[in-house]
Amino acid sequence: MTNEIKLIDVRKNILSDNENQADLIREELRKKKVFMVNIMASPGAGKTSVIIQTLRRLKDTVNIGVIEGDVESTVDSEKILKEGVPAVQIQTGGACHLDAPMITAGLSDLDLDSLDLVFIENIGNLICPAEFDTGSDLQVMILSVPEGDDKVLKYPLMFTVCDVLLVNKVDYLSITDFNLELLKRRVHELNPRMQVFEVSCKTGEGMDIWCHWLNEQLQKKA
Amino acid sequence: MHELAVTKSILQLVLDETEKNHAHKVLKIQLAIGAMRNLEEEWIQRYFNYISEGTIAKNAVIKVHKIPVLFHCNLCQTDFTADVHLEEKILCPHCQGFEYDLVHGRELIIENIEVK
Repeated sequence: MTNEIKLIDVRKNILSDNENQADLIREELRKKKVFMVNIMASPGAGKTSVIIQTLRRLKDTVNIGVIEGDVESTVDSEKILKEGVPAVQIQTGGACHLDAPMITAGLSDLDLDSLDLVFIENIGNLICPAEFDTGSDLQVMILSVPEGDDKVLKYPLMFTVCDVLLVNKVDYLSITDFNLELLKRRVHELNPRMQVFEVSCKTGEGMDIWCHWLNEQLQKKA
Repeated sequence: MHELAVTKSILQLVLDETEKNHAHKVLKIQLAIGAMRNLEEEWIQRYFNYISEGTIAKNAVIKVHKIPVLFHCNLCQTDFTADVHLEEKILCPHCQGFEYDLVHGRELIIENIEVK
């Protein structure tokens, strides 16, 4: 044992364990031909509602399962089960995001051989879920109109890691000063590849267009 | 709260590296974190102090080298930085173009560890 001070050159990604696990999940899902979608948003933006509206439009032709993440409670998974779709509840017991090991555990409770599509409903916030790869094929975020069009400035990381932005509650547009064009400009400044869909879970506006596009992505993987 | 999960990963990596190098005390941990990551040195240090108790990394000082956000213009190949939290429109300062990619700002790396 020596007392000399030594510098160890590490140069490793801090989250490499999680990312390796996420790669294993992707590999497993590729073999099983299952497409996985990670849904992220603030509390109340409409994560569960978007999942339910999407299930209703796709479940006759696509076999779907849902992993529900919540700090506590099983309220959301109960709603999904009522739709006749298998759901697994992950309670994080305080953690503010789902990570790849939690998703591995959640997937093991679903019969992947009988599924084509899995939704993950992540924990409701725009910070932590952006940091952790879940092994999903598609990262989807929902921003609802009442939250305001400035969220890109406040949570830029989330907008850079997502492939799709669903602007939900567009039925509120006429009674707010939310500027949809400004939002899209800000989003595309950070992430030019972001697909943006304008939807309302309440009126159903835009939901068919989103579901059609999602179904096309599924077919590409199958 | 994700600081705790990130800090646990840092501690694990540090302990793995020190074991490989037969070190018996960790003095300093140098991190490189992109400006877009929502992680502050002070908070990582506080969480680290808490979870490193009883390990050879106890009392190690965490230093963060912040990596600024950098865009690369695909039209004129200029690299430029911009404050993504401000309302001003982001444009390439050289050609005023709108076709650029984010190349830096999301890093989350342990650069090196000072040990005895």
